[in-house]
Amino acid sequence: MIFGKIVGTVVSTQKDDGVQGKRYLIVQSCQPNGDLLNEFHVAIDLVGSGYGEMVLLSQGSSARQTQDTYQKAVDCVVVGIVDLVEEKNCLVYQK
Amino acid sequence: MILAKVIGSVVSTRKEQKIEGIKFLLLEKIDPTTMQGKKDYVVAMDGVGAGEGEVVFFVAGSSSRMTAVTEGKPSDATIVAIVDSIEIGGNWVYQKDQVDS
Repeated sequence: MIFGKIVGTVVSTQKDDGVQGKRYLIVQSCQPNGDLLNEFHVAIDLVGSGYGEMVLLSQGSSARQTQDTYQKAVDCVVVGIVDLVEEKNCLVYQK
Repeated sequence: MILAKVIGSVVSTRKEQKIEGIKFLLLEKIDPTTMQGKKDYVVAMDGVGAGEGEVVFFVAGSSSRMTAVTEGKPSDATIVAIVDSIEIGGNWVYQKDQVDS
């Protein structure tokens, strides 16, 4: 998984009818301490994450291993909201 | 999924037999905060009828074979959605109906 921060959303009406009723979020990759990187992903939100929250993204075929995205055309999902990151015995990120 | 803009199409007459009759679109990945191209190009199979100039997002890897159009085809990039609007930090950075192109 990789870290990312929710920075926006995408609205699309004409799309592959795979996943219904889920939000498409724009997630910007970030460092463990929250510093943003210049990389953006569109991810399906499975955990109800909000703007600015740090989340965990799962990519590739593993993104299809959830109830809502099974056998669907999806390669990036938000699988968790980060509360805390501890690195080398010190707290680098806290929600 | 990755955001991109459809900037052209690709025609190939001598190709893998299985991908006969599928439209190939030339995509340029975009940075959603500036809506500028990243000079990073991808040829994707069209799963939703996207046209030139439209902003889309595509699925890469094995998931790109999970659409009706590309099932069982040697595809690793398929357009799965045409974007209507993109909101970043609370304001619209892209709205399809207000594009002046």
